[in-house]
Amino acid sequence: MHAGLLGIEELNRAGIEAILARAKDFQPMQSQTVKKLDTLRGKMIVNLFYEASTRTRTSFEIAAKRLGADAVSITASGSSVSKGESLVDTLNTLAAMRPDAIVMRHAASGAPHFLARHLPTPIINAGDGTHEHPTQALLDARTILDRASHLEGLRVAIIGDIAHSRVARSNVFLLSKFGVDIVLCGPASLLPKELAQLAPGVRLTTDIREAIKDADVIMMLRVQLERQHEASFPASEYFRFYGLRLEHLDLARPDAIVMHPGPINRGRELSSEVADFQRSVILNQVENGIAVRMAVLEKVIG
Amino acid sequence: MSIVIKNGRVIDPASQTDRVADVLIVDGLIAGVAPNLSSSHAEVFDATGMIVAPGFIDMHVHLREPGFEHAENIESGSRAAAAGGFTSVCCMPNTKPVNDSVTVTSYIVERARRNAVVNVFPIGAITKGSAGEELSAIGGMKEAGAVAISDDGLPVMNARVMRRAMEFAKSYGLPIIQHCEDLNLSAGGDMHEGAASVRWGLRGIPAAAEDVMVARDLVLAQLTGARYHVAHISTRNAAAMVAFARRQGLPVSSEVTPHHFALADTDMVAYDSNYKMKPPLRACGDREAVTEALVAGAITAIATDHAPHAGSEKMQEFERCPFGIIGLETAIGLALEHLVHTGKLTLARMVELFTTGPDSVMRLGRGTLATGTPGDVTVFNTDLVWTYDVNQSPSRSRNSPFDGHTFRGGPMATVVGGKLVWRRDGA
Repeated sequence: MHAGLLGIEELNRAGIEAILARAKDFQPMQSQTVKKLDTLRGKMIVNLFYEASTRTRTSFEIAAKRLGADAVSITASGSSVSKGESLVDTLNTLAAMRPDAIVMRHAASGAPHFLARHLPTPIINAGDGTHEHPTQALLDARTILDRASHLEGLRVAIIGDIAHSRVARSNVFLLSKFGVDIVLCGPASLLPKELAQLAPGVRLTTDIREAIKDADVIMMLRVQLERQHEASFPASEYFRFYGLRLEHLDLARPDAIVMHPGPINRGRELSSEVADFQRSVILNQVENGIAVRMAVLEKVIG
Repeated sequence: MSIVIKNGRVIDPASQTDRVADVLIVDGLIAGVAPNLSSSHAEVFDATGMIVAPGFIDMHVHLREPGFEHAENIESGSRAAAAGGFTSVCCMPNTKPVNDSVTVTSYIVERARRNAVVNVFPIGAITKGSAGEELSAIGGMKEAGAVAISDDGLPVMNARVMRRAMEFAKSYGLPIIQHCEDLNLSAGGDMHEGAASVRWGLRGIPAAAEDVMVARDLVLAQLTGARYHVAHISTRNAAAMVAFARRQGLPVSSEVTPHHFALADTDMVAYDSNYKMKPPLRACGDREAVTEALVAGAITAIATDHAPHAGSEKMQEFERCPFGIIGLETAIGLALEHLVHTGKLTLARMVELFTTGPDSVMRLGRGTLATGTPGDVTVFNTDLVWTYDVNQSPSRSRNSPFDGHTFRGGPMATVVGGKLVWRRDGA
């Protein structure tokens, strides 16, 4: 078994609970004046980002630094990648510099899994194509658990471009392991029927109202135009049929929260009013991202 | 020069022979099949306990020469064929340059004459550059040695071009072989569209991409009367449509690869490019359907679609890796494992799928042990336990999902034109 973190699918419930519990320990730190530990002092983490990312990369960098580790960030455009070096060669080069972990984002699904078969260095998946984004699902679970005592029995609606969403897949894998009732919703061309087989407890609907009904958690996804290779849905109609508006929230549970992995597009997948809504926890998600990634880095390297 | 293959169980479906006998080859031609044959100067191969069959024909391989010799060439590919028990291979035209002209066809024929250890028959391109637009020099390529036409790797998307190609192929007496894939439906796909592709976040190639092209082509085959052959059939619907067309009496045939009856998408190792090919490994139901179609006689040939790619090309992100796997050396072992040992097919039926089946499409005048025909013989065994080590392959490429797989039964010796070109160590 590879020592890194490639996905949620291969984790078990106890492993997830341990990370979430450890992340909770790190939460108070985020608001202290001195935010630094020395748990990982002397350790080196390479952030290798083959795709544009602001929040995830920054979040991993801050998490590493708060644990006392050194972090180096490399983006594809400024490296030998643009000189035509293959992924394997780039990673072998980096591995030869003996980092303690490589945090990697890549546009190709499975790129970190492929590399993990050929590299000794632990790899933490920071998002691979349309496959998994494990730390996002962990921080989402941490955010839900900050408001609910447990995940079991909750109803979670995930709405948007499910087909191209690694956030959706990782959340489905995680929530299903805890007995959550999951509804996936989007236009049919972005909601392949095989999604129902991803994990137990998953239902599909193309009707946003049905998805939101009695939901405890509403996760909105960004429409990933950059991953769509065709017109899967008329862009002009998206907000009208799949955008979340305030009036929808009446269908959900009274204390339902609204989540979004960011970056948000106001007026496309959710209205501006919803984004600023008091039960929108989008910024809590960002904050929890650091605590969760500290827990993951500590587990992988510590 | 003569060779006698002694004491094997001779299975020759064309003459309905299945008995222990000797096979004598003199001056490159079959001289007789009977017990206790001998010839004073003949080399002797003792085939006791083995099956002796007409030389196996692989009607669908990629030898990569000219143009991609780093992955394979005619010599190395032919040695892999011999090691797999094949005495004849038909090579697809997606070389560089594409085999769309008399010049390239003649080049392949000449290189094969000098370097190949098995018979090599070129397949010419349907269209210039396999671009799907302008018909290539079909008649000239036939005179130079082409035995069929195909744009394999690419389908002919334009139905009008396909119609004209069928008409030309018919007038030259050539079969037309189609790689059935609607490129609009398959665009960007890397594996079969199904539960596994959705789980792994990989873009899918729906079974419908094959089905719609087969349906269109069968209608055109009916219109033109051309001899039409579906390459590497992989879906339940396509197999059913080919069976239907054959019942209607159309001159239609199809082949299946060993990997499509041996594996389904659920057998893939995630993101391992040794499981990436076109058509992709399909759903379990498709795999069952093509196996049933083989048993029922609707699919009449097994062909490997041997597709070598250099290691560096397969050592990439899954979506960047080229399609295709090598398959010459594992074909007999997989056919025995999945078709014969399971009781689905008799040995004689399996031999047909490698001999008379492909020969009825390609009309090479081979695939039998009739006296006076070319002295091509495949000797194999049904119970030898052996493990495939791809690093020992004579192929220049290593892209096989069956590396390390243990087989029960496999090729033992390969005789081409009366010459023993390969024998298993110790056989």
